[in-house]
Amino acid sequence: MIDFLLLLFLVICAIAAVRMKDLLSAIMILGVYSLLMAVVWTRLNAVDVAFTEASVGAGITTMLLIAALSRTRRGEENGRKSPNLYHTLAAFAVVLVTGAVLIYGTIDMPNFGDPNAPANHHVAPRYIEKSYEETHVVNFVTAILASYRGYDTLGETTVIFTAGICVVLLLRRKREQ
Amino acid sequence: MKERVAGEHIIRRVIAKLLIPFIQLYALYVIAHGELGPGGGFQGGVILGASIILYAIVFGVDEGRKRISQKFSDILTSTGVLVYAGIGLLCVLAGGAYLEYTALPLGSHQLASGLGIYGIEIGVGITVAAVMITIFFETARRDDD
Repeated sequence: MIDFLLLLFLVICAIAAVRMKDLLSAIMILGVYSLLMAVVWTRLNAVDVAFTEASVGAGITTMLLIAALSRTRRGEENGRKSPNLYHTLAAFAVVLVTGAVLIYGTIDMPNFGDPNAPANHHVAPRYIEKSYEETHVVNFVTAILASYRGYDTLGETTVIFTAGICVVLLLRRKREQ
Repeated sequence: MKERVAGEHIIRRVIAKLLIPFIQLYALYVIAHGELGPGGGFQGGVILGASIILYAIVFGVDEGRKRISQKFSDILTSTGVLVYAGIGLLCVLAGGAYLEYTALPLGSHQLASGLGIYGIEIGVGITVAAVMITIFFETARRDDD
């Protein structure tokens, strides 16, 4: 029941964020969307993902979008043409087909928490049984990220570092000129 | 943000000053607690960055830059990656593979692994926090733009 309500609110938030004329309100609704998504992750027992969703999606992304908004106008353009009926219908058809394909794709997926699912067969049992012995870290999500997949996390940190450097190179130089 | 945003709103300023130390303490807790519970360097770094961005939103970008200077955040950005890669290199120097924490000569394997992971989480946290701060300060509009 609560899952149904959460998904319902997610859909409402998504539609509201798209329909909103005021961009600041749209940003805040996206923050709410991420917070609801974090609750959904918690419901799926993915607390680390929920934590990231709450801090990144609901927290920092909202702030960075507000920063971006401070450089543009808050409202939508008034002189926008009303959309052509054929264009709307074509877009609606594309959305319907894509949605149908995605739902068709989920039919083959294993049930939630299915012990026979491939994801629960391959390396997961080893992480669950051996990770404390091998890394001495209680939370095995951290053990995987920092130890088994240490290179990946180093790469991810470098990606964030590179993003920071790019922002400095693109925006700071422009200001200093 | 503009002068009028930075100027008058006393409630916003008092609440922000009250909240920011707790947000930062929580961020450090999340970074340090990543081994035991959900969280870790990335989430903690994001929260730490958010606390400073909150300060800049409430008190103005220029006031925020006075607290965290451009040079300081630039140095922090690369320090985090350096800490991470440096710990990997230390493991090689200690005779193990790259990022093989148990090779670190810290007594027991348990302690070496724990401290190694702790160290890289701190590195991730520093870089993430500094990059978030940098992106905000470079993107947000200043008075002189």
